[in-house]
Amino acid sequence: MNKQKITVAVSGLNATDNPGPGIPVIRALREAKSFDVKIIGFSYESLEPGIYMHNLVDKTYQIPYPSAGTDVLLKRLNYINDIEKVDVLIPNFDAELYSFMKIEKKLEKMGIHTFLPTIKQFEERHKVNLTKFGKKYNIDVPHDKVIYSPLEIYNLASEFTYPLFVKGQFYDAYLANSPEQAIFYFNKINTKWGTPIIIQQFVHGTEVNVIGLGDGKGNTIAAVPMKKQYITDKGKAWAGISINDKKLLEITDKFISSTKWRGGFELEVIKTDENKYLLLEINPRIPAWVYLAVGVGQNIPEALVNLALGKKVKTYTKFDIGKLFIRYSYDLIVDLKEFEQISTYGEL
Amino acid sequence: MKIKNNIAISDSGFVFNPSSGESFSINPIGTKIVNMLKEKKSFDQIKKQILKDYETDEITFEKDYFDFVSVLKRYLLIKDNE
Repeated sequence: MNKQKITVAVSGLNATDNPGPGIPVIRALREAKSFDVKIIGFSYESLEPGIYMHNLVDKTYQIPYPSAGTDVLLKRLNYINDIEKVDVLIPNFDAELYSFMKIEKKLEKMGIHTFLPTIKQFEERHKVNLTKFGKKYNIDVPHDKVIYSPLEIYNLASEFTYPLFVKGQFYDAYLANSPEQAIFYFNKINTKWGTPIIIQQFVHGTEVNVIGLGDGKGNTIAAVPMKKQYITDKGKAWAGISINDKKLLEITDKFISSTKWRGGFELEVIKTDENKYLLLEINPRIPAWVYLAVGVGQNIPEALVNLALGKKVKTYTKFDIGKLFIRYSYDLIVDLKEFEQISTYGEL
Repeated sequence: MKIKNNIAISDSGFVFNPSSGESFSINPIGTKIVNMLKEKKSFDQIKKQILKDYETDEITFEKDYFDFVSVLKRYLLIKDNE
Protein backbone atom coordinates (compact mmCIF):
# COMPACT_ATOMS: atom_id res chain seq x y z
CA MET A 1 0.00 0.00 0.00
CA ASN A 2 1.32 3.42 -0.92
CA LYS A 3 1.89 5.76 1.98
CA GLN A 4 0.21 9.14 1.91
CA LYS A 5 2.59 11.91 0.88
CA ILE A 6 2.28 15.08 2.95
CA THR A 7 4.07 18.39 3.06
CA VAL A 8 5.34 19.50 6.45
CA ALA A 9 6.87 22.89 7.20
CA VAL A 10 9.42 22.94 10.02
CA SER A 11 11.33 25.79 11.64
CA GLY A 12 14.34 25.63 13.97
CA LEU A 13 16.91 24.67 11.33
CA ASN A 14 19.72 26.05 13.50
CA ALA A 15 21.60 22.82 14.14
CA THR A 16 24.30 24.74 16.02
CA ASP A 17 25.84 24.41 19.49
CA ASN A 18 22.58 25.94 20.74
CA PRO A 19 20.45 23.68 18.60
CA GLY A 20 16.90 24.16 17.44
CA PRO A 21 14.72 21.06 17.22
CA GLY A 22 14.11 21.37 13.45
CA ILE A 23 16.68 18.90 12.13
CA PRO A 24 15.88 16.07 14.58
CA VAL A 25 12.16 16.65 13.96
CA ILE A 26 12.78 16.32 10.21
CA ARG A 27 14.83 13.13 10.70
CA ALA A 28 11.94 11.71 12.71
CA LEU A 29 9.41 12.63 10.00
CA ARG A 30 11.59 11.08 7.30
CA GLU A 31 11.49 7.84 9.32
CA ALA A 32 7.72 7.94 9.84
CA LYS A 33 5.93 4.69 9.05
CA SER A 34 2.50 6.21 8.46
CA PHE A 35 3.38 8.76 5.74
CA ASP A 36 6.03 10.06 3.36
CA VAL A 37 7.03 13.70 3.63
CA LYS A 38 8.14 16.64 1.64
CA ILE A 39 9.93 18.99 4.03
CA ILE A 40 9.69 22.75 3.76
CA GLY A 41 12.19 24.51 6.01
CA PHE A 42 11.38 27.86 7.56
CA SER A 43 14.47 29.88 8.42
CA TYR A 44 15.23 33.27 9.94
CA GLU A 45 18.92 33.59 9.15
CA SER A 46 20.98 32.62 6.13
CA LEU A 47 23.48 30.56 8.10
CA GLU A 48 21.10 28.10 9.70
CA PRO A 49 22.77 24.81 8.74
CA GLY A 50 19.49 23.03 7.96
CA ILE A 51 18.96 25.29 4.92
CA TYR A 52 21.86 23.52 3.21
CA MET A 53 21.01 19.96 4.30
CA HIS A 54 19.34 18.98 1.05
CA ASN A 55 19.08 15.33 2.03
CA LEU A 56 16.71 16.39 4.82
CA VAL A 57 15.12 19.65 3.71
CA ASP A 58 13.54 19.83 0.24
CA LYS A 59 13.11 23.61 0.09
CA THR A 60 13.67 26.45 2.53
CA TYR A 61 11.94 29.81 2.80
CA GLN A 62 12.99 32.63 5.05
CA ILE A 63 10.16 33.94 7.18
CA PRO A 64 9.91 37.27 9.00
CA TYR A 65 10.96 37.60 12.64
CA PRO A 66 8.07 37.53 15.14
CA SER A 67 8.68 41.23 15.86
CA ALA A 68 7.45 42.04 12.32
CA GLY A 69 3.91 41.09 13.38
CA THR A 70 1.42 38.48 12.27
CA ASP A 71 0.19 40.36 9.16
CA VAL A 72 3.65 40.23 7.59
CA LEU A 73 3.99 36.59 8.64
CA LEU A 74 0.62 35.67 7.14
CA LYS A 75 1.49 37.39 3.87
CA ARG A 76 4.70 35.39 3.65
CA LEU A 77 2.94 32.14 4.57
CA ASN A 78 0.30 32.79 1.91
CA TYR A 79 3.03 33.17 -0.69
CA ILE A 80 4.75 29.95 0.44
CA ASN A 81 1.52 28.02 0.68
CA ASP A 82 0.46 28.96 -2.86
CA ILE A 83 3.57 27.17 -4.09
CA GLU A 84 3.98 24.35 -1.60
CA LYS A 85 0.48 23.52 -0.29
CA VAL A 86 1.67 22.89 3.26
CA ASP A 87 -0.37 20.26 5.17
CA VAL A 88 1.20 20.61 8.61
CA LEU A 89 3.38 23.24 10.27
CA ILE A 90 5.64 22.50 13.24
CA PRO A 91 7.08 25.71 14.73
CA ASN A 92 10.06 24.96 16.96
CA PHE A 93 11.14 28.28 18.49
CA ASP A 94 9.75 29.57 21.78
CA ALA A 95 9.79 33.13 20.45
CA GLU A 96 7.69 32.35 17.35
CA LEU A 97 5.09 30.12 19.02
CA TYR A 98 2.85 32.94 20.14
CA SER A 99 2.55 34.32 16.58
CA PHE A 100 1.62 30.92 15.19
CA MET A 101 -0.89 30.28 17.97
CA LYS A 102 -2.50 33.64 17.21
CA ILE A 103 -2.97 32.84 13.52
CA GLU A 104 -3.87 29.17 14.06
CA LYS A 105 -7.43 29.57 12.75
CA LYS A 106 -6.28 31.48 9.68
CA LEU A 107 -3.70 28.80 8.98
CA GLU A 108 -6.41 26.16 9.26
CA LYS A 109 -8.44 28.01 6.61
CA MET A 110 -5.37 27.94 4.37
CA GLY A 111 -5.22 24.16 4.84
CA ILE A 112 -2.22 24.33 7.15
CA HIS A 113 -2.74 22.21 10.25
CA THR A 114 -0.88 22.73 13.52
CA PHE A 115 -0.96 21.00 16.88
CA LEU A 116 -0.02 23.71 19.33
CA PRO A 117 -0.87 24.45 22.94
CA THR A 118 -3.66 26.94 23.49
CA ILE A 119 -2.72 30.52 24.35
CA LYS A 120 -4.04 29.89 27.88
CA GLN A 121 -1.80 26.85 28.28
CA PHE A 122 1.12 28.76 26.80
CA GLU A 123 0.71 31.72 29.15
CA GLU A 124 -0.05 29.69 32.24
CA ARG A 125 3.16 27.63 32.06
CA HIS A 126 5.30 30.71 31.37
CA LYS A 127 8.41 31.01 33.57
CA VAL A 128 6.96 34.22 35.00
CA ASN A 129 3.86 32.30 36.19
CA LEU A 130 5.53 29.08 37.35
CA THR A 131 4.74 29.48 41.07
CA LYS A 132 1.06 30.10 40.30
CA PHE A 133 1.08 27.16 37.93
CA GLY A 134 2.60 24.88 40.58
CA LYS A 135 -0.05 25.89 43.12
CA LYS A 136 -2.93 25.45 40.69
CA TYR A 137 -1.92 21.98 39.54
CA ASN A 138 -0.29 20.83 42.78
CA ILE A 139 3.16 20.39 41.25
CA ASP A 140 6.23 21.32 43.34
CA VAL A 141 8.35 24.16 41.97
CA PRO A 142 11.39 25.96 43.45
CA HIS A 143 10.73 29.30 45.13
CA ASP A 144 10.96 32.15 42.65
CA LYS A 145 10.24 35.83 42.26
CA VAL A 146 9.66 38.04 39.27
CA ILE A 147 11.59 41.31 39.37
CA TYR A 148 11.77 44.38 37.15
CA SER A 149 14.72 46.33 38.55
CA PRO A 150 18.26 45.40 39.66
CA LEU A 151 17.62 47.33 42.87
CA GLU A 152 15.20 44.60 43.94
CA ILE A 153 18.12 42.16 44.13
CA TYR A 154 19.32 43.66 47.42
CA ASN A 155 15.97 42.81 49.00
CA LEU A 156 16.16 39.13 48.09
CA ALA A 157 18.20 38.08 51.14
CA SER A 158 15.12 37.42 53.28
CA GLU A 159 13.59 35.03 50.75
CA PHE A 160 16.55 33.42 48.96
CA THR A 161 19.95 31.98 49.72
CA TYR A 162 22.85 32.15 47.30
CA PRO A 163 23.48 30.68 44.81
CA LEU A 164 20.33 31.48 42.87
CA PHE A 165 19.34 31.52 39.22
CA VAL A 166 18.76 34.71 37.27
CA LYS A 167 16.56 33.86 34.28
CA GLY A 168 15.30 35.68 31.23
CA GLN A 169 11.63 35.42 30.36
CA PHE A 170 12.37 33.54 27.11
CA TYR A 171 15.99 32.42 27.12
CA ASP A 172 19.14 32.44 29.26
CA ALA A 173 19.72 31.43 32.85
CA TYR A 174 22.76 32.19 34.98
CA LEU A 175 23.79 30.96 38.40
CA ALA A 176 24.70 33.89 40.66
CA ASN A 177 26.73 33.44 43.83
CA SER A 178 26.34 36.97 45.17
CA PRO A 179 24.07 40.01 44.76
CA GLU A 180 26.78 41.64 42.63
CA GLN A 181 26.78 38.71 40.24
CA ALA A 182 22.97 38.68 40.21
CA ILE A 183 22.94 42.37 39.21
CA PHE A 184 25.50 41.69 36.48
CA TYR A 185 23.36 38.88 35.05
CA PHE A 186 20.17 40.94 35.45
CA ASN A 187 21.69 43.63 33.24
CA LYS A 188 23.07 41.11 30.76
CA ILE A 189 19.67 39.44 30.28
CA ASN A 190 17.77 42.74 30.35
CA THR A 191 19.85 44.08 27.45
CA LYS A 192 18.95 41.05 25.35
CA TRP A 193 15.44 40.06 26.34
CA GLY A 194 14.13 42.87 28.54
CA THR A 195 12.25 42.53 31.82
CA PRO A 196 10.76 40.83 33.74
CA ILE A 197 13.65 38.79 35.09
CA ILE A 198 12.98 35.70 37.16
CA ILE A 199 14.94 34.92 40.30
CA GLN A 200 14.76 31.23 41.10
CA GLN A 201 16.20 29.47 44.14
CA PHE A 202 19.03 27.09 43.22
CA VAL A 203 18.23 23.56 44.39
CA HIS A 204 20.87 20.88 44.87
CA GLY A 205 20.13 17.71 42.97
CA THR A 206 20.18 16.03 39.58
CA GLU A 207 18.46 17.59 36.60
CA VAL A 208 16.22 15.25 34.67
CA ASN A 209 14.08 16.03 31.64
CA VAL A 210 11.04 14.56 29.98
CA ILE A 211 9.86 14.96 26.41
CA GLY A 212 6.15 14.41 26.00
CA LEU A 213 3.16 14.77 23.73
CA GLY A 214 -0.36 15.52 24.95
CA ASP A 215 -3.46 15.03 22.80
CA GLY A 216 -5.27 18.11 24.13
CA LYS A 217 -7.85 15.94 25.93
CA GLY A 218 -5.71 15.04 28.90
CA ASN A 219 -4.09 11.90 27.49
CA THR A 220 -0.37 11.22 27.31
CA ILE A 221 0.49 10.06 23.79
CA ALA A 222 4.24 9.81 24.40
CA ALA A 223 6.75 10.45 27.18
CA VAL A 224 10.45 9.67 27.51
CA PRO A 225 12.61 10.75 30.48
CA MET A 226 16.27 11.60 29.90
CA LYS A 227 19.27 12.54 32.00
CA LYS A 228 21.85 14.84 30.46
CA GLN A 229 25.26 13.21 30.35
CA TYR A 230 27.26 16.05 28.83
CA ILE A 231 26.33 19.72 28.95
CA THR A 232 27.81 22.48 26.78
CA ASP A 233 28.89 25.81 28.21
CA LYS A 234 25.50 27.11 27.03
CA GLY A 235 23.85 24.54 29.27
CA LYS A 236 22.58 22.46 26.36
CA ALA A 237 22.62 18.68 26.40
CA TRP A 238 25.32 17.34 24.07
CA ALA A 239 24.73 13.78 25.24
CA GLY A 240 21.95 12.19 27.25
CA ILE A 241 20.54 8.81 28.22
CA SER A 242 16.99 7.49 28.43
CA ILE A 243 16.08 6.55 31.98
CA ASN A 244 13.32 4.68 33.73
CA ASP A 245 12.07 7.24 36.23
CA LYS A 246 8.53 6.27 37.18
CA LYS A 247 7.95 9.30 39.41
CA LEU A 248 8.93 11.58 36.55
CA LEU A 249 6.49 9.82 34.24
CA GLU A 250 3.79 10.21 36.91
CA ILE A 251 4.49 13.95 37.07
CA THR A 252 4.28 14.08 33.26
CA ASP A 253 0.91 12.30 33.24
CA LYS A 254 -0.33 14.63 35.94
CA PHE A 255 0.86 17.66 33.98
CA ILE A 256 -0.89 16.48 30.81
CA SER A 257 -4.13 15.33 32.43
CA SER A 258 -4.56 18.43 34.58
CA THR A 259 -3.68 21.00 31.92
CA LYS A 260 -5.06 18.98 28.96
CA TRP A 261 -1.83 19.91 27.22
CA ARG A 262 -1.99 19.98 23.45
CA GLY A 263 1.22 19.31 21.54
CA GLY A 264 4.83 18.57 22.28
CA PHE A 265 6.66 19.82 25.35
CA GLU A 266 9.64 19.34 27.61
CA LEU A 267 9.64 19.35 31.39
CA GLU A 268 12.86 20.34 33.15
CA VAL A 269 12.85 18.87 36.62
CA ILE A 270 15.32 18.79 39.49
CA LYS A 271 15.44 15.65 41.60
CA THR A 272 16.76 16.64 45.00
CA ASP A 273 19.04 14.55 47.20
CA GLU A 274 15.93 13.88 49.33
CA ASN A 275 14.22 12.36 46.27
CA LYS A 276 11.84 15.28 45.84
CA TYR A 277 10.96 16.43 42.33
CA LEU A 278 10.74 20.15 41.59
CA LEU A 279 9.58 21.44 38.23
CA LEU A 280 12.03 24.04 36.93
CA GLU A 281 10.57 24.88 33.56
CA ILE A 282 8.03 23.81 30.95
CA ASN A 283 9.14 24.30 27.37
CA PRO A 284 5.99 24.47 25.23
CA ARG A 285 7.48 22.77 22.18
CA ILE A 286 9.47 19.74 21.12
CA PRO A 287 13.03 19.93 22.52
CA ALA A 288 16.18 19.53 20.38
CA TRP A 289 16.89 16.07 21.86
CA VAL A 290 13.64 14.65 20.38
CA TYR A 291 15.56 12.19 18.23
CA LEU A 292 16.44 10.21 21.37
CA ALA A 293 12.71 9.57 21.83
CA VAL A 294 12.55 8.32 18.23
CA GLY A 295 15.61 6.16 18.82
CA VAL A 296 14.03 4.50 21.86
CA GLY A 297 10.75 3.76 20.10
CA GLN A 298 8.52 6.84 20.33
CA ASN A 299 8.31 8.86 17.12
CA ILE A 300 6.82 11.99 18.68
CA PRO A 301 6.96 14.20 15.55
CA GLU A 302 5.13 11.51 13.53
CA ALA A 303 2.42 11.26 16.20
CA LEU A 304 2.16 15.06 16.38
CA VAL A 305 1.65 15.33 12.61
CA ASN A 306 -1.05 12.65 12.71
CA LEU A 307 -2.79 14.46 15.57
CA ALA A 308 -2.60 17.72 13.60
CA LEU A 309 -4.25 15.95 10.65
CA GLY A 310 -7.03 14.75 12.95
CA LYS A 311 -6.02 11.11 12.73
CA LYS A 312 -6.29 8.59 15.52
CA VAL A 313 -2.97 8.06 17.23
CA LYS A 314 -1.92 5.11 19.36
CA THR A 315 -0.42 5.86 22.75
CA TYR A 316 3.22 4.91 23.11
CA THR A 317 3.61 2.87 26.28
CA LYS A 318 7.15 1.53 25.97
CA PHE A 319 10.62 2.83 25.28
CA ASP A 320 14.16 1.45 25.48
CA ILE A 321 15.95 2.34 28.69
CA GLY A 322 19.67 3.10 28.74
CA LYS A 323 20.06 4.39 25.18
CA LEU A 324 22.25 7.41 24.62
CA PHE A 325 22.22 10.26 22.15
CA ILE A 326 25.54 11.91 21.43
CA ARG A 327 25.70 14.98 19.21
CA TYR A 328 28.54 15.79 16.89
CA SER A 329 29.54 18.70 14.72
CA TYR A 330 30.01 18.36 10.99
CA ASP A 331 31.24 20.76 8.34
CA LEU A 332 28.98 21.30 5.35
CA ILE A 333 30.66 22.66 2.25
CA VAL A 334 28.31 25.14 0.62
CA ASP A 335 28.51 26.84 -2.74
CA LEU A 336 28.48 30.61 -2.57
CA LYS A 337 25.62 30.50 -5.09
CA GLU A 338 23.40 28.79 -2.52
CA PHE A 339 24.27 31.29 0.20
CA GLU A 340 23.57 34.09 -2.28
CA GLN A 341 20.24 32.51 -3.24
CA ILE A 342 18.89 32.32 0.33
CA SER A 343 20.38 35.69 1.33
CA THR A 344 19.04 37.56 -1.70
CA TYR A 345 15.79 35.80 -2.59
CA GLY A 346 14.90 34.30 0.77
CA GLU A 347 14.43 30.82 -0.59
CA LEU A 348 16.58 27.87 -1.54
CA MET B 1 21.92 -5.53 52.06
CA LYS B 2 20.46 -5.80 48.58
CA ILE B 3 21.46 -4.42 45.22
CA LYS B 4 18.39 -2.77 43.69
CA ASN B 5 16.60 -5.17 41.35
CA ASN B 6 16.70 -2.90 38.34
CA ILE B 7 20.48 -2.33 38.46
CA ALA B 8 22.20 -3.89 35.44
CA ILE B 9 25.69 -5.35 35.91
CA SER B 10 27.71 -6.62 32.96
CA ASP B 11 30.53 -9.19 33.11
CA SER B 12 33.03 -6.40 32.52
CA GLY B 13 31.95 -4.64 35.71
CA PHE B 14 29.90 -1.92 34.01
CA VAL B 15 27.01 -0.97 36.26
CA PHE B 16 24.00 0.99 35.00
CA ASN B 17 21.27 2.48 37.14
CA PRO B 18 18.27 2.85 34.78
CA SER B 19 16.33 5.14 37.09
CA SER B 20 19.08 7.74 37.42
CA GLY B 21 20.96 7.17 34.16
CA GLU B 22 24.24 6.91 36.06
CA SER B 23 26.85 4.35 35.11
CA PHE B 24 29.94 3.11 36.92
CA SER B 25 32.92 0.88 36.26
CA ILE B 26 33.82 -1.56 39.01
CA ASN B 27 37.02 -3.62 39.22
CA PRO B 28 36.86 -7.46 39.14
CA ILE B 29 36.66 -7.98 42.91
CA GLY B 30 34.00 -5.28 43.19
CA THR B 31 32.04 -6.92 40.38
CA LYS B 32 32.25 -10.24 42.21
CA ILE B 33 30.91 -8.66 45.43
CA VAL B 34 28.13 -6.78 43.63
CA ASN B 35 27.07 -9.96 41.85
CA MET B 36 27.00 -11.85 45.17
CA LEU B 37 24.92 -9.07 46.73
CA LYS B 38 22.58 -9.29 43.76
CA GLU B 39 22.27 -13.03 44.38
CA LYS B 40 21.25 -12.10 47.95
CA LYS B 41 24.27 -13.79 49.50
CA SER B 42 24.87 -12.95 53.15
CA PHE B 43 27.87 -11.06 54.47
CA ASP B 44 29.36 -14.30 55.85
CA GLN B 45 28.93 -16.09 52.53
CA ILE B 46 30.59 -13.21 50.68
CA LYS B 47 33.44 -13.08 53.20
CA LYS B 48 34.04 -16.81 52.92
CA GLN B 49 34.14 -16.65 49.11
CA ILE B 50 36.49 -13.65 48.95
CA LEU B 51 38.87 -15.08 51.55
CA LYS B 52 38.94 -18.28 49.51
CA ASP B 53 39.59 -16.54 46.17
CA TYR B 54 42.00 -13.79 47.23
CA GLU B 55 45.08 -13.53 49.39
CA THR B 56 43.70 -11.30 52.11
CA ASP B 57 42.89 -11.49 55.81
CA GLU B 58 39.55 -11.10 57.54
CA ILE B 59 40.22 -7.64 59.01
CA THR B 60 41.37 -6.14 55.68
CA PHE B 61 38.41 -7.70 53.89
CA GLU B 62 35.89 -6.33 56.40
CA LYS B 63 37.38 -2.84 56.28
CA ASP B 64 37.43 -2.76 52.47
CA TYR B 65 34.01 -4.41 52.19
CA PHE B 66 32.23 -1.84 54.34
CA ASP B 67 34.09 0.94 52.60
CA PHE B 68 32.91 -0.42 49.23
CA VAL B 69 29.34 -0.87 50.44
CA SER B 70 29.23 2.72 51.68
CA VAL B 71 30.18 3.83 48.16
CA LEU B 72 27.39 1.68 46.70
CA LYS B 73 24.99 3.29 49.16
CA ARG B 74 26.15 6.78 48.28
CA TYR B 75 25.39 6.08 44.62
CA LEU B 76 21.97 4.64 45.54
CA LEU B 77 22.74 1.19 44.16
CA ILE B 78 21.78 -0.59 47.38
CA LYS B 79 18.20 -0.91 48.62
CA ASP B 80 17.93 -1.54 52.37
CA ASN B 81 20.01 -2.63 55.26
CA GLU B 82 19.27 -6.09 56.53
